[in-house]
Amino acid sequence: MSTFTIASIPKEELLAPGHRMCQGCGAAIVMRHLLKALGRNVIIAHATGCVEVTTTLYPETAWRVPWIHVAFENAAAVASGIEAALKSLKKKGFLSYEKRVKVVAIGGDGGTVDIGLQALSGMLERGHDVLYVLYDNEAYMNTGIQRSGATPLYAWTTTTPAGSVWRGEWRRKKDIIGIVKAHGVPYVATVNFAYISDFYTKLRKAAEIEGPTFIHAYSPCVPGWRYEPHLTVKIAKLAVQTGIWVNYEIEKGVFRVTTPVPKRLPVEEYLKAQGRFAHLTKEEVEAIQKLVDEDIEYINKIAGATLIGPVEKK
Amino acid sequence: MGKLMPLSGNYAVAYAAKAADVDVVAAYPITPQTAVVEKLAEFVANGELNAEFLHVESEHSALSAVVGASAAGARVFTATSSQGLLLMYEIMHIASTMRLPIVMGIATRAISAPINIWCDHSDFMAAADAGWIMFMAINAQEAHDLVITAYRIAEDPGVHIPVAVGYDGFIVSHTIEPVNVIEKEEALSYAPKRATWFILNPEKPITMGSLASPEWYYEFRVQLQKAIENSKEVISTAFREFRQHFGREYREADGYYTDDADVVLVTMGSITGTAISYAEEARKAGLKVGILNIRLFRPFPEEEVFKHIERAKVVAVIDRAINPGSSFVGPLYSEMVVTAFKRGLDVPIANYVIGLGGRAVLRSHLDLIVKHAHGLSGKKMRDIESHYTFVGVRE
Repeated sequence: MSTFTIASIPKEELLAPGHRMCQGCGAAIVMRHLLKALGRNVIIAHATGCVEVTTTLYPETAWRVPWIHVAFENAAAVASGIEAALKSLKKKGFLSYEKRVKVVAIGGDGGTVDIGLQALSGMLERGHDVLYVLYDNEAYMNTGIQRSGATPLYAWTTTTPAGSVWRGEWRRKKDIIGIVKAHGVPYVATVNFAYISDFYTKLRKAAEIEGPTFIHAYSPCVPGWRYEPHLTVKIAKLAVQTGIWVNYEIEKGVFRVTTPVPKRLPVEEYLKAQGRFAHLTKEEVEAIQKLVDEDIEYINKIAGATLIGPVEKK
Repeated sequence: MGKLMPLSGNYAVAYAAKAADVDVVAAYPITPQTAVVEKLAEFVANGELNAEFLHVESEHSALSAVVGASAAGARVFTATSSQGLLLMYEIMHIASTMRLPIVMGIATRAISAPINIWCDHSDFMAAADAGWIMFMAINAQEAHDLVITAYRIAEDPGVHIPVAVGYDGFIVSHTIEPVNVIEKEEALSYAPKRATWFILNPEKPITMGSLASPEWYYEFRVQLQKAIENSKEVISTAFREFRQHFGREYREADGYYTDDADVVLVTMGSITGTAISYAEEARKAGLKVGILNIRLFRPFPEEEVFKHIERAKVVAVIDRAINPGSSFVGPLYSEMVVTAFKRGLDVPIANYVIGLGGRAVLRSHLDLIVKHAHGLSGKKMRDIESHYTFVGVRE
């Protein structure tokens, strides 16, 4: 694998302009670079969700690669079927091409950690040669910002409103990486497009490895997280700098932090940038800080070194 | 031609999928379908069938996986029953409107609650409006033959609609009968493998399963309706050529003694066998009974059906399922009433619901039905007090 530089990002756009994703949409950035990283030799199976509805309004499509959407909860099962078909047709000599084609399943957080979890588990356990990409915008954004199993603590959503009794979401984000990892798959990684070189390196690695691989992509949502469209990459960067999001990979069971953060920013910097956390009290911010500190301590422990540093006091 | 083997309905279906040289099988075990999955696994394990076998984690994923495989150009097979079919229901509609030539076996079974593993047609009928072509076999030989015919029909460039072949749970699925097994070469000469439909190919990228706004959605649904309507001609050609290839003759609907029958008993599935044997006996006793077996339920073969009821004094329709709260109660009954009414036939058409949840259907039940129906002779539809009767049930 050659070293990645910004100049080596392919010029070819495989996600056509004219799609209907929001201005500043994090998922749009994920999809554009995912396609650039993987190239033309892919077949994509997409779960129902924001990206699916905004890129394929008939009779138009933004996808310049073969693409299929069937339903919400079954992207992993559809991808399994496609992969099995390619395998069988190749073996029987019915395939019109020789090259390796990577089957890629894409789902949002609802389509992956909630309704699609069973199909995902089946796909991982059966060992299909499929790359599964989760673009995580931390709620059901397609239906208008309802909480999912991936919604973070205290986040406002339309089904976890901040009122006199509820203070936004009161449960922690589901550990999807832990669930995927438990299937013993060869490669699992988190990516954040504010760190684009890390993003490309991992997508390509995940596509090259034979077998089921999983990428968890951080995907900010302008209307759902309530911030101005020009702040998407800044918020993505803050997520890593505060330790809310850690870029890492687990290759054949070996854990590696890929974006070390020597000095962390307080989580408040991240939270105050988004309207979904606008209702938080000082105590609630401190509670989140404490949980993040604990997560970071654990990550450093399994990494065997302090790769994510302490919070830098202002 | 072919080889005579003692096979259960389930095995007959598995042998048919093998003969069709399917590329991908995805199925999940459920009683009474399980033996199909087991047999296909055995074929793949022994190298008798060169296919990818997906041990999916649910029926929802079974159908989703064959949708994906079919979209990638593979010839696919799945099978299920009852709750499994209901779990597939969402994807059944998607498979048909996406026009993928999937073939599925349905060992028919009651649906919960209460949970019940025995035969009726509740599952088959619940799935009958999902845009699939739907056959019902009366025995293992038919189940075998119809699965092979199904590929020929589904993959026809003018059709591209998934096909389901129903066969009665246990009564057909588990009864061992002599079956003339079609060999692969024969099956492929009758139903050659060619990807006639649009497929996912990196050399020629297409988008499948897109979002259609109110400006476009309607056309997709109408195209499906037109295609399933047009499939009637393809089905009839497929049956004609099946006879040329294999010597066995099938029709969309079969009449037995319907030419001069006073009462025509309309049946689907394994009851047909009992009904024919009953009719032979009843005729000796002077009752002019005819039997009409419905083999093709979707598209409903109205013309063929009408030929067998137009001279009847009474039409007695047997249903093994109910649509609770509907104006018609039995799903087959509704088809028969509409078929008759559209052609101006105003004789009593009565509905008899029987054998739900595997309750035994006896010749004596059929005798009761025919005698009851006979009592309606000479009346008009509006003169009948109750259009439906539950037979063999506790009051």
